[in-house]
Amino acid sequence: MDFNLTEDRQMLADTLSRFLADQYPVEHRIKVAYEAPYHDPALWEQMVELGALYALAPESAGGMGGTGFDIAVVFEALGKALCPEPVLGALMASRLLTAADADQEALLTGATKYAVAITEIDAPYALEQISTEARETETGFVLSGRKSTVYGGQVADEILVAARHGGRLGVFAVTSADANITGYGMMDGGGAAEVLLDETPARLVLAEAEAALQDAVNAGIVALCAEAVGAMDVTHATTVDYLKQRKQFGVPIGKFQVLQHRAVDMLTEIEQARSITIKAAAELGGEDAAKYASMAKNMIGRAARLVAEESIQMHGGIAMTWEYAVSHYAKRLVMLDAQLGDTDYHLSQVMKGYAA
Amino acid sequence: MDLSYSKEELAFRDEVRAFLAEKLPKEISDAVRAGGELTKAMMEEWHALLNARGWLATIWPKDFGGPGWSPVQKHIFEEECCRAYAPRIVPFGLNMLGPVLIEFGSKAQQDHYLPRILDGTDWWCQGYSEPGAGSDLASLKTRAERDGDHWVINGQKTWTTLGQHADWIFCLCRTDPEAKPQAGISFILVDMATPGIELRPIKLIEGGHEVNEIFFTDVRVPIGNLVGEENKGWTIAKFLLTHERTGIAGVGFSIQALEEVKAIARKTMRGGRPLIEDPLFAARIAQAEIDLEAMKITNLRMLFKAQAQGAPGPETSLLKIKGTVINQELRDLARRALGPAAAPFPGHVGEGNLMFGPPDTEHNAARYFNNRKTSIFGGSNEIQRNIVTKTMLEL
Repeated sequence: MDFNLTEDRQMLADTLSRFLADQYPVEHRIKVAYEAPYHDPALWEQMVELGALYALAPESAGGMGGTGFDIAVVFEALGKALCPEPVLGALMASRLLTAADADQEALLTGATKYAVAITEIDAPYALEQISTEARETETGFVLSGRKSTVYGGQVADEILVAARHGGRLGVFAVTSADANITGYGMMDGGGAAEVLLDETPARLVLAEAEAALQDAVNAGIVALCAEAVGAMDVTHATTVDYLKQRKQFGVPIGKFQVLQHRAVDMLTEIEQARSITIKAAAELGGEDAAKYASMAKNMIGRAARLVAEESIQMHGGIAMTWEYAVSHYAKRLVMLDAQLGDTDYHLSQVMKGYAA
Repeated sequence: MDLSYSKEELAFRDEVRAFLAEKLPKEISDAVRAGGELTKAMMEEWHALLNARGWLATIWPKDFGGPGWSPVQKHIFEEECCRAYAPRIVPFGLNMLGPVLIEFGSKAQQDHYLPRILDGTDWWCQGYSEPGAGSDLASLKTRAERDGDHWVINGQKTWTTLGQHADWIFCLCRTDPEAKPQAGISFILVDMATPGIELRPIKLIEGGHEVNEIFFTDVRVPIGNLVGEENKGWTIAKFLLTHERTGIAGVGFSIQALEEVKAIARKTMRGGRPLIEDPLFAARIAQAEIDLEAMKITNLRMLFKAQAQGAPGPETSLLKIKGTVINQELRDLARRALGPAAAPFPGHVGEGNLMFGPPDTEHNAARYFNNRKTSIFGGSNEIQRNIVTKTMLEL
């Protein structure tokens, strides 16, 4: 049993955190995250040069990591900085390309930006409900359907699309220029896209891809949970700091027990969230990965919303302003619940295991 | 980052499992599983079996008769004991007074009392709380005054768990009423057979006799029964409370409770289907299970830290807060899963009465009510929040 990071991972965490703290201060983040292209292309390139993406893929696929803990380290750092760069798409695409034994050098060097399109407007989370269809033609495949809130889709060069072919799920690559894509910014910063597919040409990446898609989702969940833990740590620390600074009735408001105890309850939930994220990271790639990913995403959904709402409440009016960083952290913490399955969806996934 | 046990730890786990399979008497584990009160004889028998194996004083150093376990080994032992429905080790002598004597006691006190704790000669109880001193323990009033070679003790202690079985009580007494509250307290050992001690049972919410109040009227105790220095008892009190908080997350007991909830919800029928297939109820179970799954890791993380630092830190307060709440939630679900079958008073329904649940569920309502204590004792959850506020948030 060992809850310390290995030396390599600690170094990665430190390097990435330092880079983000220096180059991506929250004021800059607030500026770029809400204006097209909803991230900072120059900083994306620098971050890629640091090797952040290599940490997401295993050595067998040309990377230098790829375990749950590698992913968690990267995304916790991104979460602390509230970084809106489209790393999640790269991670999930890398999982799919690894499963397909396909070359992913362009992904890892950042030369090609990837997004993964699973979500549909009527099937936001459940893979078995995907209805986008693939049809084989003489020259390859064409896809028809609509993919929704494809994170990072507004800047992706390549989109890996989950679509049905002969009743089974496959993964197909669509070049963005070939599809009808509408990009937009998000409430919590960063961007996504609606992807309309109408007999759109595509290349088959992986057939019978249910397990690979589930693995990509599991990895994405570990990433989102770690991102949330990073963001919750910052939000809680900022809130506690504010309790020490802000005076009312002649004393720092942190002297009031009603606020002290709520700050402790936030901390308790954050530690629980950190624990379940560690568990999901440890199980990633294993037999029970989906179960623990569901447990983690459910708990993160509850904890993140609590931390978001309580930090706003305990700050008072200042956290309602655009100018104050906590408002942006709070938005991210609340909105990430709707990515890759929300609190209730994952609770129902855990319940499924109870049926005799 | 590695959540798995080492090869040595796994071997140790197998050793504990084999011991429990061989030595734990079935009538005792059945009684634990049923959730009613254990007899004194059952607890003593279990202690003797553990002592014969050298596994009774799990947190004592090796030199004093402890097994010399790491925090992880201790955790594995507790986890396996819970899994096997072994009784909880009665903590007052073994986990509270023992470490105090080892840290603060004289050589003579150690030589006299420690072996008697191990072999079961002395059953100890704890004289801390008073009617006017609960969360504000330092305001305690029980007075110990010097009279020649004796302390003369007058006052009242309360919530004395299993005091009805006790031969001895360790007491916090006020020895300097002029000093600041924390500075005038001493830690004194008292023979329960001393004239002037009267023990009265307190019947608890579920009807059980677990705790007592103890009255002291001119109780004369030899001067040598003071542990540590006079008026330095508060230091000992705090030391002891830290030990009390380790393992207080009660993860093993919550794992038991979760299994019980699921077993009941599989047997209980609602609308022609097992209750566990009812989405509302299943969702409640699932949420508690997720919280417990996180708590298992939180517990291990704190353990790992304690192992590295040599002592548990203030994070144990977080464990206590969350661990007790999870356990209480699971006890609530067990009671609710039974519905009206949880209502009959334990023992009032004969085995022939088929209207009600199986006999192993008859204590569920009682356990639910009894377990409300866990967020109150050992420093209430509100006191734990105060501790975290001060030590971790520094507010």
